Amino acid sequence: MNISTRQFEHASIVDVSGDITLYNTPEVRKILLDLLKEKRVRRVIVNLEKVKYIDSAGVASLVEGLKLSRDLKSGFALYGLSRSTREVLELTRLLKVFEVHETEEQALGGGTSGAPGSK
Amino acid sequence: MSFTENIGEATIGGLAYVGSLARLAGGAARAVFIEPFRGRPLRWTRAIHQAMSVGVEAIPIVSLIAFFVGLILALQGAYELRQLGAMQLVASAVAISMTRELGPLMTAIMVIGRSGSAFAAEIGTMKVNEEIDALETMALEPVRFLVAPKFLAMILMMPCLTTWADFMGVLGGGLFGVSNAGFTWGTYFHATLDALVQRDIISGLIKSVMFGLVITAVGCREGFSTGLGSEQVGRSTTSAVVKSIFFVIAVDLVFTALFYFTAPQK
Amino acid sequence: MPAQPISKESTRGGSADNAIEVRNLHVRYGTREILHGVNFEVPSGETLVIMGGSGCGKSTLLRTLVGLERPSEGEIWIHGKNFAGMSGAERDELRKKMGMSFQSGALFGSMTVGENVALPLREHTPLDESTIDIVVRLKLDQVGLSGFENYMPAQLSGGMKKRAAIARALAMDPEILFFDEPSAGLDPIIAAGIDELILKLKKAFRITILVVTHELASAFLIADRMILLDKGVVVAKGTPDEVRQNNAPRVRQFLDRVAEPELAAEIDYLQMLTGEDPPQRR
Repeated sequence: MNISTRQFEHASIVDVSGDITLYNTPEVRKILLDLLKEKRVRRVIVNLEKVKYIDSAGVASLVEGLKLSRDLKSGFALYGLSRSTREVLELTRLLKVFEVHETEEQALGGGTSGAPGSK
Repeated sequence: MSFTENIGEATIGGLAYVGSLARLAGGAARAVFIEPFRGRPLRWTRAIHQAMSVGVEAIPIVSLIAFFVGLILALQGAYELRQLGAMQLVASAVAISMTRELGPLMTAIMVIGRSGSAFAAEIGTMKVNEEIDALETMALEPVRFLVAPKFLAMILMMPCLTTWADFMGVLGGGLFGVSNAGFTWGTYFHATLDALVQRDIISGLIKSVMFGLVITAVGCREGFSTGLGSEQVGRSTTSAVVKSIFFVIAVDLVFTALFYFTAPQK
Repeated sequence: MPAQPISKESTRGGSADNAIEVRNLHVRYGTREILHGVNFEVPSGETLVIMGGSGCGKSTLLRTLVGLERPSEGEIWIHGKNFAGMSGAERDELRKKMGMSFQSGALFGSMTVGENVALPLREHTPLDESTIDIVVRLKLDQVGLSGFENYMPAQLSGGMKKRAAIARALAMDPEILFFDEPSAGLDPIIAAGIDELILKLKKAFRITILVVTHELASAFLIADRMILLDKGVVVAKGTPDEVRQNNAPRVRQFLDRVAEPELAAEIDYLQMLTGEDPPQRR
């Protein structure tokens, strides 16, 4: 798995490629939490286009990111879900919980920089 | 089957049993002393928990027993010493018997009753409930997972408990010494310290560590060999207690002899 | 980055498409042979049901497949690797990709339900506690036990225990899941619930599933393929339809639920009564 971040005005895009599994997901988690908590990024967008497989632990890390973003009233979105990633999220009933977009433009545009989801 | 065949078979069986104890203790020692340095950490919280139940929670009963044993030793000793008019030797008689022999032994007997049986019951129940199999299928080695924390707790707590039992025994002897043999508490403790040499205490503590090892190995071994059905757990527990007492006494004999023959001649 | 192999390709022996291949498997306890040369394969993502009456050797087969018993002869290939021939670390690596749900549940009685599910994750992965907590809740939710993470196993009913055990077996996202008598001892409604859960898991995760059962209805419901075991040999093998149409007497007898038949020959019966070499025992 490879992971890198790009800066986009008020948003950070986290590009992940490869498989997100039990053994490497702590790395994803660390980067997500660091962006939200330390760097105080207003909006974190995770690019899952190149993720072929994500397991439950990977999903759990994304959930942690989402939870923290809501606590901090920042944005958190996913885009570029592969079929299998989408299925995993569907199965865990999380597809509707996350803010999910098709493309990068939509993800950057979508969701005002407030806190989507937090009423 | 002939008599000699029976003896032969029993001997082989006994040796095989001792071998299995050694394997178990060896596996546990590996998990405690070697594997943590190879990135397989020990379950510390579990070991601390075990140390509490093996050691700390045993303090009241061990104190009471050791106190009584010290008192009994003083009474028995005084019965003879009075004839010789050597009542002042009561303090040293109690001190030496406690530290060299009865402190470690009585502690071991109490720990067998409290913890050796509990080890067998715990592991036996897990065996009956397929929990041991479950550990294995989860790639968790039962010896590392279950035995190692107990092993560590035992070899740490046995010397501590024994030291405490020695002290309580001396206190018990002191009660007699002060009330009936003309000591004050001060002179009694002084006499005790004069009588003891470092070797007495250390030989007692070495014994106590060996006892801890034996109790853990026998308790766990009996647990692992529990058959099917919950009534088998009771059988394992009983057998753990009986066998532990036997092996503790046997080890005691070996070490006592060893200390005797290696003692510097005065 | 730890290079954890998630290799789906086979190295040697066994076909890459088969999650499990068993070849000429013999297992014995002492001098008694329980399995006499069992052969079958399970393609990845399919559900195989192993059926048979009590004492046919199906539990022994399952125990051997998960490595609790050593075969006396034969091979077990798991994802193209010879599982039976492995030892130590290599075997443990493979075991982390396998989940097993025991007949009794085999939950650790001294731990809460949540700790049970978390155990393999805590022991085998570098996950943070907060991540593990979420995984545990996800898994419990999947088996319909949300909110039970702080219960002790003793506080759960039989069906709930089984569900919790399945959650624990799922904790590491296994590639192969083994079930020992998933519906034994449960009332029919709860048993049906477990069957549905197995179907859901298969559909959702495309896990390879291997189920040992003697419940016919459940077997035909969940199986892609099935084998029927009798006295340690495979007597029928195929899709549920193929097995249903099999006319071999031993198969019909099992499927039509004929009561224990008279033994073939009187001499066997006499031997059984007099205790010489009992013809079939577990």
